[in-house]
Amino acid sequence: MDMSSGWSIYIIVLVAAHIVGYLWLLFTSSRMQSDEHKDGDTTGHVWDDDLKEYNNPLPKWWLYLFILTIVFSIGYLTLYPGMGNYKGTLNWTSFSSWEDENKDVMAKRAELFSTFINKPVTEMVKDTKAMEIGERLFANHCSTCHGSDAQGAVGFPNLTDNDWLYGGDPDTIIQSITAGRNGIMPPWGAALGDEGVKQVAAYVKSFTDKSQNVELAAEGQKKFAMFCSSCHGADAKGNYMFGAPNLTDNTWLHSYDSGIVETAIMQGLSGKMPAHGELLDKDSIKVLGAYVYSLSND
Amino acid sequence: MKTNFTDEIVKKFAIVTIMWGIVGMLVGVFIAAQLAWPALNFDIPFLTYSRLRPLHTNAVIFAFGGNALIGTSFYVAHKTCKAELFAPKLASFVFWAFQLIIVAAALTLPFGYTQSREYAELIWPIDVFLTIVWVAYAIVFFGTIVKRQEKHIYVANWFYAAFIITIALLHIVNNLQIPVNWHLSYSVYPGAVDALVQWWYGHNAVGFFLTAGFLGMMYYFVPKQAERPVYSYRLSIVHFWALISSYMWAGPHHLQYTSLPDWAQSLGMVFSLILLAPSWGGMINGIMTLSGAWHKLRDDPIIKILIVSLSFYGMSTFEGPMMSVKTVNALSHYTDWTVGHVHSGALGWVALMTIGSLYVLIPKLWGRKSMYSTKLINVHFWIATLGIVLYIASMWIAGVMQGLMWRDINADGSVVYSFIESIKATYPYYIARFLGGTMFLSGMFIMLYNVIKTIKSDKVSGEAA
Repeated sequence: MDMSSGWSIYIIVLVAAHIVGYLWLLFTSSRMQSDEHKDGDTTGHVWDDDLKEYNNPLPKWWLYLFILTIVFSIGYLTLYPGMGNYKGTLNWTSFSSWEDENKDVMAKRAELFSTFINKPVTEMVKDTKAMEIGERLFANHCSTCHGSDAQGAVGFPNLTDNDWLYGGDPDTIIQSITAGRNGIMPPWGAALGDEGVKQVAAYVKSFTDKSQNVELAAEGQKKFAMFCSSCHGADAKGNYMFGAPNLTDNTWLHSYDSGIVETAIMQGLSGKMPAHGELLDKDSIKVLGAYVYSLSND
Repeated sequence: MKTNFTDEIVKKFAIVTIMWGIVGMLVGVFIAAQLAWPALNFDIPFLTYSRLRPLHTNAVIFAFGGNALIGTSFYVAHKTCKAELFAPKLASFVFWAFQLIIVAAALTLPFGYTQSREYAELIWPIDVFLTIVWVAYAIVFFGTIVKRQEKHIYVANWFYAAFIITIALLHIVNNLQIPVNWHLSYSVYPGAVDALVQWWYGHNAVGFFLTAGFLGMMYYFVPKQAERPVYSYRLSIVHFWALISSYMWAGPHHLQYTSLPDWAQSLGMVFSLILLAPSWGGMINGIMTLSGAWHKLRDDPIIKILIVSLSFYGMSTFEGPMMSVKTVNALSHYTDWTVGHVHSGALGWVALMTIGSLYVLIPKLWGRKSMYSTKLINVHFWIATLGIVLYIASMWIAGVMQGLMWRDINADGSVVYSFIESIKATYPYYIARFLGGTMFLSGMFIMLYNVIKTIKSDKVSGEAA
């Protein structure tokens, strides 16, 4: 965006005044011959008993250096933006310079991608070059949450175990990367009450933990059917549509320690996978999706 | 020798300069060690790098550098104006109030009270007080200039004057903030304007605090110690005016390839390049003062310190303009090269100039013929110089390496190295830098010992005073 022409003129005048000022300063002081004082004589001023000054001429090489920087500056400000709204004869901007550089990079990349990008994901996973690129994309964009080994962390799913929240077919993986996912488990503490929470938790845990109280779990099962089954399914095996996890296996997104199941039922949970459609182009996402797919489909 | 008020107050400044110098550099060495061995923050918040780094910069720039500048400016004005300091009580106030500000900085920064503006971290109540102290300082300095007994104003005073006036301007404009409570405030400037104001301040803190002020020091102590006239009066005039006017424009070079408009980035670069010759004008005037007396470089370690200081000044004022060139900056920015550049100026130029000047000043103030040990000055010179070389060489290598690693991309457009890999590759250089810093700090302890011995030695009244 351009500034107002008043500011533009102000800047141009100020810059020009400085440059002319330097030239004037150099011109007058090189002409200032030592009329009053010959070389080798001091200016005649003495401070603090012995502080004196010669008045040697400006060293020639230094003078030329100064002039050289001024000449360069005038040239630069003619070619490039600097003088207010004046764009410079090259029409250069830092953004266009980035664009040019990026164009080169993208052209090289397109050439590289052309060897595999049209293959279906199930074929692309066999292309070593594509998988190397996928791994780098993963390291740069995904490893912060899912870990550099893709095995996840508490709250961040493991991508290597073929256990999926939203589905593990190539299209779904690509959709998850592109648009992101918002997983929300609503809080049920108020609806279930303390006792109800305990019962449902006992039921949920009883799939993998046979030491749970059977009566408690039986009560829990009734409440599960009422409150939880719409997302997690009547058989508690989860539902890709809601990203509701399968509760019957021993894979726990939020771990299985010290009362986390009770807390989750009582307070709810939420998980967010950010959308990468704006950050990565389609081809990159396809390669990345193929890489993620390959992690559990060797 | 008869003691006068000025000598007494300058003595105080000389002592605290060394003291704060040691404190500030000690913090610097400590945080340098933390970069090499991060466990050294012991998980204690006020010992973390982020809290101590501003303490280090504030301590070395404003406590060490500031006391050196205020102290020597009083001394130089007094000597070259043939006048006692104007308003002695106000001068005492400046001394004690300035120390109070330093203590206040040390009590706020480590506990996270900060404005988060580089080199202007101090919270607003301290800023307000500093403004008052600075005005008091200006009154004392300019009052002394006004009541001078000499017709002409000596060149050192021009530079001190430019330093005092400009720092007042920079400090006030950059710290215009709206307070929320006693420690929190928000800048009045929006977005990119705020960034530009901050770096207009930041770079002129270098230009006027660390350059113009120390050129003032140089113009007194170099010819004084060399016992030779300043090389060229007209060079003084040209480089003075060119220096102070072009520095004003150089700030935007800290914001190359950011959201700052392109025209401002270009002007930052152009005026930084123009700045090269005016900076070298000061170096030439200092070094050439020795012409006809080059043997002093061999015989007098103090001259050696002063001249090497000027050489580092020449080197960093060449490096600076080069780094402001957009294409070079694209490589150097955000790397440790910047840190190396700053320290070649800060240790090489600012600290060595201060150290050399104090070695000239201290025997005179305490009425001794010379420092207690010339040999120890020589040792100090070597350990400091080698420390600087180790420091800046390791940061150069580290910086260029980081820049190259960060811009290295694969054929698919992804980066070759993750950020942490560049940190890992920097470890050996962090250790080398820590050693360089430790050497420089050891030099300060040698100086402290030498100064104590000098003050405690028998008073020799002689022509030295």
